[in-house]
Order: sequence, then C-alpha cells, then structure tokens
Amino acid sequence: MTDQLTTTRSKVEQGMARRRRAEGRFRLYGVLSVGFGLLCLVVLFGNILSQGSSAFRQTVLQAEILLDQEYLGLNNQSPVNELRNGNYEGLIKQYLRNTAEVSSRSERRALYGLVSVGAHWQLQDAVLANPDLLGSTLSIELIMDDNVDQWFKHERDEGGAGRLNELQLGWLEQWVAEGRLKSRFSTTFFTNGDSREPELAGVHGAIMGTLLTLMVTFLLSFPIGVAAAIYLEEFAPKNRITEIVEININNLAAVPSITFGLLGLAIFINIFGVSRSTPLIGGLVLTLMTLPTIIISGRAAIKSVPPSIREAAFGLGASKMQVVFHHVLPLAMPGMLTGTIIGMAQALGETAPLLMIGMIAFVVDVPGFITDPSTVLPVQIFLWSDSPEQAFTERTSGAIIVLLTFLIMMNTVAVWLRRRLERRW
Amino acid sequence: MTFSILLLVIAVLFVIAYVSGARRARSLVTPGVTLNSLPGHYGSLVALWTCLPPLLLMLCWGVLETPVIDRLLAAQLPAEVQAEGGNRISLALSKVRNLAGGANVQADPELAPVVLHLKDLQSRNSMLSTTLVLALALAGFGFGLRRLAPALRARNEVESIVKVLLFCSSGVAVLTTVGILSSVLYEAWMFFGRVPVFDFLFGTTWSPQVALRADQSGSSGSFGAVPLFAGTLMISMIAMFIAVPIGLMSAIYLSEYATPRVRSYAKPALEVLAGIPTVVYGFFAALTVAPILKSLGADIGLEVSSESALAAGLVMGVMIIPFVSSLSDDVINAVPQALRDGSYGLGATQSETIRQVVIPAALPGIVGAVMLAVSRAIGETMIVAMAAGLAANLTANPLDSVTTVTVQIVTLLVGDQEFDSSKTLAAFALGLVLFLVTLILNYVALKVVQKYREQYD
Repeated sequence: MTDQLTTTRSKVEQGMARRRRAEGRFRLYGVLSVGFGLLCLVVLFGNILSQGSSAFRQTVLQAEILLDQEYLGLNNQSPVNELRNGNYEGLIKQYLRNTAEVSSRSERRALYGLVSVGAHWQLQDAVLANPDLLGSTLSIELIMDDNVDQWFKHERDEGGAGRLNELQLGWLEQWVAEGRLKSRFSTTFFTNGDSREPELAGVHGAIMGTLLTLMVTFLLSFPIGVAAAIYLEEFAPKNRITEIVEININNLAAVPSITFGLLGLAIFINIFGVSRSTPLIGGLVLTLMTLPTIIISGRAAIKSVPPSIREAAFGLGASKMQVVFHHVLPLAMPGMLTGTIIGMAQALGETAPLLMIGMIAFVVDVPGFITDPSTVLPVQIFLWSDSPEQAFTERTSGAIIVLLTFLIMMNTVAVWLRRRLERRW
Repeated sequence: MTFSILLLVIAVLFVIAYVSGARRARSLVTPGVTLNSLPGHYGSLVALWTCLPPLLLMLCWGVLETPVIDRLLAAQLPAEVQAEGGNRISLALSKVRNLAGGANVQADPELAPVVLHLKDLQSRNSMLSTTLVLALALAGFGFGLRRLAPALRARNEVESIVKVLLFCSSGVAVLTTVGILSSVLYEAWMFFGRVPVFDFLFGTTWSPQVALRADQSGSSGSFGAVPLFAGTLMISMIAMFIAVPIGLMSAIYLSEYATPRVRSYAKPALEVLAGIPTVVYGFFAALTVAPILKSLGADIGLEVSSESALAAGLVMGVMIIPFVSSLSDDVINAVPQALRDGSYGLGATQSETIRQVVIPAALPGIVGAVMLAVSRAIGETMIVAMAAGLAANLTANPLDSVTTVTVQIVTLLVGDQEFDSSKTLAAFALGLVLFLVTLILNYVALKVVQKYREQYD
C-alpha cells in the first residue's frame, strides 16, 4: 500500500517539471496573443499617423503680388461677375516671371508648374472679399503644386528631387534660402471639397456629407429604435410573432452591411425614386443598418430598470403607458443613448452599402442640405486611396485621422455617459 | 425644400393643437362635471388627430409620387421610344428630368412637350400635395376639438394610438428583412431566367462583361461563380487562421490569467480594433501590408501578387480578433467555477484545467462565436475591395490575386448601370447567396450559443 503510494507520488513528481513547463508555455501563448493584438493596434495607428500627419501641413510661397488694375481691367466699382472673371492666372504668371529668370518656353512652363493650378482662386477670393485691394500690393501665401509639396515635405531632407527637374529645384532652393517657400498649417484640407488636384483636395465636403447623413440616421433610427425597444420589452405579448421579430432583429444585426446597400438600391432608388448620392438615401440605408444595434441595447437598458420602480408607479395608480414613459424610459435613457452613440459610430465608419447607392460620386461642392449630392468621409477615403499620386496617399491618411478623431470622440462620449448616468441598482 | 417647410408647419400645428386641446378640456370643467382624463391627454389626442393623418398622407404621397409621374410621362413619350420599351423609356425619362431640372443637357426637340408636361405635373403635384396635407391637418384639428367632451376617454385613446405606433416601429425591422429578401429574390429570379442556376453555382469562369453590340465577339459574359466562392473561402480561411487561435488565446488569458488591472486595460484596447472602420483596414492592407509581403516574397524568391489573398486575409484576421475574443470571453466566463474547482481538486494545473475542462465545457459557445466570425469574414467588403483583386482566378495559391463575392457585388453595382442587364442582376444573385449563407450561419450560431447558455443558467 505504502509502496504503491510512493510510486504514484514519484510518478507525479517526475511529471511535475514537464507540466509546469507546459503551464508556462500555455501562459506565454496567451500573453503573446494579447500582445499581438495590441501590437497590431499600435502599428496601425502609428502607420496612419506617420503617413497622415503631413497632410495637415501645406507648402506655400510667400508672394507680394501687385493687383494691377490696368492688367486686370478691373477697379473696385466693377460688378461681381467681372471681378470673378479677371485674369488672375496671368497675374501669377507675371509675378513668377519677375521673380525667377526664364528664357525659353519650356522653362516658363516648368516655372508655372510649380504653383498649384488653383492658386488664382486665392487671388480671386481675396479680391471678391475686398475689391478695394485692387491697385495695391497683396501679400499672399500661394499654394504650391503637389509635386513641390511632396518634395519639400519628404524628398528634400534626403537630397532627393522627387518629380522635379534641376531647373525647378534651383528656383525652389533659392526661394527656400530667401525664406519665402515654407510649410504652414493646411487650411485648405479643412475648407475645400474634393478635387482632382491633391493640393486642393479637402475633407470639408465629406465632413458635411457625413454630418448630414448621420443627422438623418439619428433622427430616424433613434425614435424608431427606442419605440421598438419599448414595445418589445414592455408591451409585446409572448407569442410566435414576437419571437419571430426578436430572431429577426438578432439576425439583422449580423447580416453583412453590403446587403443593406442592395436593399437601398433596389427599393429606395428603383421603386421609390429617392435620388442617388444624397445624405437622405445614405441616412435611410444606415438607419436600417443601425436599428438592430439600437433596439438590442435599448432593450437591455429597459431590462435593467428594476421592477420595484414599475410596481411603485402602478401602486400610485399610473397606467402602463405612464409607467413606461414617466418612469422606466427616463431611467433607461442613458443606456439607450450609449447604444445609439455606438450605433452612430458604426454608421460613421460604414462604407460598403454607401458605394451601392451612389455616394461614391466625385462631388466638388460642399453639400448644404440632405438632398444635395454628397459623399461621406469613409467613401472619400476609399476614393482617394485609389488615386495614384503620392500626395493623395498622404491625404487619405489625413482623412483617416479625421475620421478616427470623430470616432474616438463619439466613443468617449458614450463611455462618459455610461459612467456618469448609468445607475447600478 | 417645400417638404421640410411642410414638416415644420405640421410641427407648429402639433404644438398649437396640443395647447388648444388642453385649454378646451380645462374649459369643459364645470362644477359637478369632471374630466375623464388629464387635460394633457385631451391635448395629445387633438395633436395626434392633427398630425398623424397628414404625415401618413405625406408618406404615401412620397412613395407613390415618382412611379405615378413616370407612368404619366411615359405615355407622352414619342411613339418609337415607347415601342422600344424598358431601358429606352427609362433613359428618355431621366433625360426629361434633367432637362426639366435645368441641367446642362442638349435639348431634344422631340422631348420638349414632355419636358413641359413634366414641369406642369411637378407644379401641380406640389400644389395638390401641400393643399391636401394642410387641409387634412386642419380637418383633423377641427374634428379632434369637436370630439372633446368630459366623458371622452382621452387617455385610453391616446395610449392605444401610441401603442400602435410602438408596434409599427418594431415592425420596421421585419420590413427590412422582407425588403432585403424580396429585392434580392426578385432580381435574382430575373437573373436565373437568363443564366441557369446550375451554371451560376457550378460554372468555373466568371467574366461578367456583356457584349455592348450584337456583333462584338468574345464577350458574351459568363457567370460561373465558383472562382468567387473559392476566393471568398480562401480569404476567410486565412482570416480565421489568424483570428481564431489569437482571439481564443487572448480570451483565455484575459479571463483566466490576467489580473483585473491588466484586464481592465487590455480588453478595451483590443476592442478598439473592432471599432476601426473597415475602410481603414483596407487602406492599411493595400498600402502597407501588401507591399511588405511583396518585397518579402521577392527576397525569398517567391512571386507575390500585389493584390494577394494573403494580405487581405491577414488584415481581415486582425480585424476579427476582438470579435472572436470578446465572444469567447463571455462564453468562458459563463463556465461555472465549480467545474474549475473540481479539476484543481484532482491536482490539475491551471492550463490543464483550461484545456481539459473549461474549453470542452465552453466548446459549443466557442463554435458559435467562430461561426459568427466566419459570417463576418464572408460579408466583409471594404478590406477585400481595396486589397484583393478583381481577377476571378480559380487558384489555391494564397499569394495569387483572387476576388470575392462582395468585391464583385461592389464592382458590378458601382457606377452607371442599367437595371435589367445581366451584369447588374448577377450582383443581386450574388447578394442572395451571400445573404442566405450568412443568415444560416448566424441563425445556427445564435441557436448554439443560446442552447449553451441555457445549459449553465
């Protein structure tokens, strides 16, 4: 008996070292897995930040341009449409010819190519804003072409030439030495709509489109979601129909988002004739997509209100509807809001269904109403990421940073709401 | 814009109706006569009477407006256009709309009368709808006010109306499913009228280019979806190879080993991965991961396509890690402590307990979680649309470029499309397959998880 015990014990002890090693290995796998996940997060953010931070800076040329009234054929009394049609481009070319020596035609073209093709809008805007400037010398920071921008931000430090030739580099280096070519915070990135020219492309249109789309989504999905949650949790009889509705909602929450795009295309656009590419149709599709999230979290919030509250209200003679709307709903509201914000955050990042309903269109104008053609931030990111220019890659990362900032803000609000308002019973 | 103004007017009427209803109800009170409900209930009743019918009317009007106008216009189109039917009519109609909207389109003398007719119809339409809506609102207001009497059971009436509204709201989710199914089914049905189901499901060539002219050669369009299914499967499998082991081990570590402090930081941090928009992952896969893989492949003498299935699959796997880990975490936490204690009592180490007791006990739940993750991977669009290719290769090499069901849906439907070409319809047929597969996966997974929960509750 004792013998057997000793052998068993020695067997166990023999195995212990191996088992401890196995334990250590297993634990290590766990640490590595969590570490891998966190590493991916860091790499992803680091990658986007390092590529995108330069999108917020812009290379400009400090220029003093005489707004020659004779050359433009304008004065401060000219009507607006004449002011708009002035030859500002020629003025910039004239200025450039004066600031650098050029002889041949090709040299001239090389020189003009350094400044963005949209630079004359800057002059035009300045004149339109204040026609009295005509005749005086305007000190202005001209936006440079994306090739110059990329060279100044990246290649110059490594002695590279980017896509510029010797002659152009000579002029640019001279301007740098004079302190006229410099980098400043890019306001165009936030004030412009989309453009074919990377240096002029901005996210203003996409941000407005996103806000309008989210507004439609919120206005539709919040009331409908809350109402549905109330009905299912408080009023629905326990029968087959309710069961089907519940299964349905759970399944909808997991259906691929792209199928909502198919629905939008086939039903909203083709049957009801809602126009494409508008925040309205985008909001409708995203509403259907976020409803399940809102309903599920809303039900959870209602469920967490203790029955004693209801019973107390009933005891004082309230009707079922009064109990729900006067007592249960206010207490469940923080949880519902949290769920709604999470749903909105999902809608904010969603791209696939919106491609189907035409929000992928190239829209330069900033939308002002829910029926204006527009695009949204994630789709803008998708569009830009397809463009071959290096400068667009930078813009894409910049737009991603903007998108992630919005997302982080929304999630912070959700977490804050939950901490602040949610009560533990 | 008139629509929003109309909404605003109705909102103002709502307030007016509420206030005047409540005031009227109070004035009904005389000594000896008491109201059945609170004055507010009477106000709400009048307000509901004022606003609900016009809102319903506006909804129906908005839904029917375009089809009806289209019908009326189609009858006005030149005879030869009408004779050609279908596409030609819708093309002509959209041109008419553009002309009427003042868009910069070359004017077509033949269409001029139709354009005028449309403008006329539009102005009459907006006049008529505005008048009807306002008339209905005022009529409802009057009717509601007249009905007010001390004995009127206003609260009950308001409550039953509200209850109906609540019910309708919960019906929206069901309508969505019906909408998805019917739209996809209908278009897919039309598609299968042209391409046999068998060819679609088992054909091995996918080239949806349909001939534009009758005499064009070599582009009759072939719709064998096997390469797409294979591509989808391959990318999903690569993603699962990453996501399942890492997600599961993370869940095990976080729920069994980690201190509460580590857990409170690591768990939300991992979940951030799930909150990042997929378009960001797609960008990362296409512009960072794919080039790295390509140069790595070149270093060891392998040819890696710049749109390899591997890059898309790897990044998709990373995206799904938190999905697997948080679902498995819930499941593992639901395993009763008594099972673990029993195992420790028999002398098992912690890892032995986890591997031989906790995981087997949690297995159904974990299987459910993995199935949900697979359905997520199959339906994922942006990563593959940006990082995987368009070429429908039937290959088993993950370094090659493949395409997926979702990518093809997007490419077929983005841009201008006519609604009854086989190309467009093919996208809906693919959508049907996608919807059914994910629906079945989700349904089974939810059932499995539910059953598992009941086991330990």
